[in-house]
Amino acid sequence: MAPNEKAGTVFEYAPAPESRAVVDIKSSYGLFINGEFTDPAGGRSFKTVNPATEEVLAEVSEASTEDVDLAVKAARRAYTRVWSRMSGRERSKYLYRIARIIQERARELAVLESIDNGKPIKESRDVDIPLVAAYFFYYAGWADKLEYAGFGPTPQPLGVAGQVIPWNFPMMMLAWKIAPALAAGNTVVLKPAETTPLTALLFAEICQQADLPAGVVNIVTGAGETGRAVVAHEDVDKVAFTGSTEVGRAIAKAVAGTDKKVTLELGGKAANIVFDDAPVDQAVEGIVNGIFFNQGHVCCAGSRLLVQESVAEEVLERLKRRMGTLRVGDPLDKNTDIGAINSAEQLARIRELSDIGEAEGAGRWSPPCDLPAHGFWFPPTVFTGVSQAHRIAREEIFGPVLSVLTFRTPAEAVEKANNTPFGLSAGVWTDKGSRILWMADQLRAGVVWANTFNRFDPTSPFGGYKESGYGREGGRHGLEAYIR
Amino acid sequence: MTPPTDSARIDVRKTYKLYIGGAFPRSESGRSYTVDDAKGRFLANASYASRKDARDAVVAARKAFGGWSGKTAYNRGQVLYRVAEVLEGRRAQFVDEVQRGEGVSKRQAEAAVDLSVDRLVWYAGWADKITQVVGGANPVAGPYFNLSVPEPSGVIAALAPQDSSLLGLVSVVAPIVVTGNTAVVTSSYLRPLPAVTLSEVLATSDVPGGVVNILTGRLADTAPTLASHMDVNGIDLTGTAGDPEHATALEQAAAENLKRVLRAPASEPDWTLEPGIERMTRFLETKTVWHPVGI
Amino acid sequence: MPVTTVVNSASSSAGGLSPALAEATSSDSALRRFLHGLPGVDQVGAEARAAGLGTRSIKTTAKEFAIDLAIRMVDLTTLEGQDTPGKVRALASKAMRPDPADQTCPQVAAVCVYPDMVAVAKETLGASGVHVASVATAFPSGRAALDIKLADTQDAVEAGADEIDMVIDRGAFLSGRYLEVFEEIVAVREACGDAHLKVIFETGELQTYDNVRRASWLAMMAGAHFIKTSTGKIQPAATLPVTLVMLEAVRDFRDVTGQMVGVKPAGGIRTTKDAIKYLVMVNEVAGGDWLDPDWFRFGASTLLNDLLMQRTKMRTGRYSGPDYFTLD
Repeated sequence: MAPNEKAGTVFEYAPAPESRAVVDIKSSYGLFINGEFTDPAGGRSFKTVNPATEEVLAEVSEASTEDVDLAVKAARRAYTRVWSRMSGRERSKYLYRIARIIQERARELAVLESIDNGKPIKESRDVDIPLVAAYFFYYAGWADKLEYAGFGPTPQPLGVAGQVIPWNFPMMMLAWKIAPALAAGNTVVLKPAETTPLTALLFAEICQQADLPAGVVNIVTGAGETGRAVVAHEDVDKVAFTGSTEVGRAIAKAVAGTDKKVTLELGGKAANIVFDDAPVDQAVEGIVNGIFFNQGHVCCAGSRLLVQESVAEEVLERLKRRMGTLRVGDPLDKNTDIGAINSAEQLARIRELSDIGEAEGAGRWSPPCDLPAHGFWFPPTVFTGVSQAHRIAREEIFGPVLSVLTFRTPAEAVEKANNTPFGLSAGVWTDKGSRILWMADQLRAGVVWANTFNRFDPTSPFGGYKESGYGREGGRHGLEAYIR
Repeated sequence: MTPPTDSARIDVRKTYKLYIGGAFPRSESGRSYTVDDAKGRFLANASYASRKDARDAVVAARKAFGGWSGKTAYNRGQVLYRVAEVLEGRRAQFVDEVQRGEGVSKRQAEAAVDLSVDRLVWYAGWADKITQVVGGANPVAGPYFNLSVPEPSGVIAALAPQDSSLLGLVSVVAPIVVTGNTAVVTSSYLRPLPAVTLSEVLATSDVPGGVVNILTGRLADTAPTLASHMDVNGIDLTGTAGDPEHATALEQAAAENLKRVLRAPASEPDWTLEPGIERMTRFLETKTVWHPVGI
Repeated sequence: MPVTTVVNSASSSAGGLSPALAEATSSDSALRRFLHGLPGVDQVGAEARAAGLGTRSIKTTAKEFAIDLAIRMVDLTTLEGQDTPGKVRALASKAMRPDPADQTCPQVAAVCVYPDMVAVAKETLGASGVHVASVATAFPSGRAALDIKLADTQDAVEAGADEIDMVIDRGAFLSGRYLEVFEEIVAVREACGDAHLKVIFETGELQTYDNVRRASWLAMMAGAHFIKTSTGKIQPAATLPVTLVMLEAVRDFRDVTGQMVGVKPAGGIRTTKDAIKYLVMVNEVAGGDWLDPDWFRFGASTLLNDLLMQRTKMRTGRYSGPDYFTLD
């Protein structure tokens, strides 16, 4: 039989936009200190934009050192007077209440997240926000059971936690930070990323709605200076940071010689290793999910594909065919797979490193795709013929850019996978059980996904080896960072 | 010079050397320093470890890491227990060195040595238990098998305490290596002899060369090298207790590659207390493995 | 190991299998080696992919397109002990004019009946273009001797069936007698003459996706024109992930041989929403070439009325009700 003449009918998906009506973005936002929105002491503000359109969404206050000091003082007051005295059972109920409100306002949070961050609505709706609620539910249950968590018979909170989070998963990172901190009896001052402050500010409203005692959660918006003020504040007992290794290093230096407890969740350059006996269709999905999930703005992204030489060509062909079906565009369209790059700055970095990859001789390929005229966009991209010496194989690009390398033996795969200062995550694809366990054993990374990739769960500890940082978030392990 | 009389035997004096990669080199610097007892009387000459010695020790520790961390926990426990056995066999020598070096009574020295042996036995037992205590299965909300296990961080620099020359030393080194890390240890500067003797114990008790490397000499000569070394994964700053400025500088240097840092206490702790597991967990990573469950 | 590595050939010899594939079917052990050398299917990953495709939102013009296409892909089916000529005539009439009130509504692909009803169906359908499909080979269990199965097939073909839906011998397949299954399909295909052959796996009995992939390759190599999930008599019948695995198989088979094979999920697809999920999957997994009644069918009965109701809603803006559509 020959392919039919009529075949090839194009099934074009009509636009299916999620309604923006569910969110109510104010024209300007104050800082959330001591249970109230307040104007910043310095009166300075900055704009947050929709990266898909470059439309200005709101004016957001920039917290000065003085504002941060007020927030820390509020947190300290709430800690000594209310939160540390409250029974675990009562704290627990506040957290459950917050979890429920998050579920009730899930669509609102998802849409706002997509607007401010640029990530596709299907991810904010189906991944980010459900996980946010799940993290609060999970840690809510710990609040009155800490003595069973394995940190001694009388676990004590640390005090005030200063938390600085990145722009790639704004609400999820907030949940990873705030839920365990509060469960363990700490109060927090949290600084969201300057390009994605809006859902954190909506979370502040949720705290109000939950009648959370004033000062238990404080949200200070701003950029690097504000973050430094939070980290450096001498009345902060605990610093939790997720972001670049560069900033993590600076924080580790800044807290040296203090009593501050620190956890750092930093960069990565994960190897996603595909053996010749892999379940190939699922492996291709895992490669796609590994690097194109959230536009590749993922610290644990599978940005280095290590594929066994004997099947490299075939896997690559299948990958390219699959990439041809990825839909890049309006983050609020329910059929969008890849949304906007979060900022002009990040787009410039992705472009720069991609250009370097090309200049260094790697083969660059993207499927044909029309990118919107406005906003920050980068097509899903694959580099082939990459060696360990290429910068695109060593540096975190933090974008939808995959570097493909090959290997011949399991030992070579391990050697290449581990040949990086990072150690956050790794992927292994093979049908052979004993090889999976051997690989999992050999890989120096905090999370190993075998025959899957980019899975997260509140019960599952997450964090890195080496320069990917220290401490774990999630699970019983995640409590340790907030307990004395 | 008066020749020795027939009756008085000339004793053979020991040269106290470094312990690197299972061998006993003199310091690469060729320098040594005088070790006196608590009353200021000459005891011995010890080697001044240099920056180069520290770097060599890191290389040896890295080389040993794969093999040591790859051994079964049962085996590591046995090796550590063997160290305790051999140390016990050298009890008299250690009592003598501790007594003279620390200026304590014989009874106190005996207690310190006995507790050192017991501590090694205690940690030896942890080898195949820590995984179950700090690891476990995670009930994720999906069809996945999900397991978290502790793994050693890698090469750890340990600045051993300045005062407690044996018990403190053992209490710092054992928790690092029992979990599979390898160690580069700087001994007490003024009281290095038990550390050197311990290296002889290690060399004769099935501990593979390079798993523990011991440097004597001034902290200022080696600690900055170790703290800033990019192939060292963690650092225990205990030996800088009471010197916060030095400790801060080392912690800052350690930040360069995000070393796991065990900060120094304000003053040296009471080593006779039950240690707890923090000295082990500080130099453990948690690895979480996911796999789908299906047919 | 990925398929092309196993097959080691990118083109087929005219009218038959490539040497590599022919070699794979030369003996029981060779066939087993080949089928077990196909890439594994991870259940969780396959189901996650199917679920992901299921979240596509198909609206307005795309939905109109999809509904009409789905109607054209329906094998309108009645396979009951209580079937009568009257029932079959009514069904055939509906197949030709699914919505008597709307002349623009397309007709379905085929009417699917038992062999003894083929003549009745053929008579009613005449030259309408709607095909007659007949189940055969001791449907649904397949538990009969080969000569009976062949006679069953010939009977249906002689009565005018354009398409034959055979069942494989699941017992033989599950006990690893792959060559027996293969040869039976080859024999039935021969008995089909000019009629097209659909091979039913009864995936609910094969249990694993690995088996579905192996059965797909086995049937394609034996000359199936279509591979079909289920008889509709066993639960689970068609599912999205099973169909995903089969779509991957026909896609890969074309890569290797240049030949296209059709896919027919059957049983359990009742709503427009379900049908659209399948079409999205066809579109994104096998590709647009399969978005045609020649290459993709729905084995269904109640699905048609839901498609018609949705079609009316799209055209009038009002939600319709079952009273406005014929029950046949």
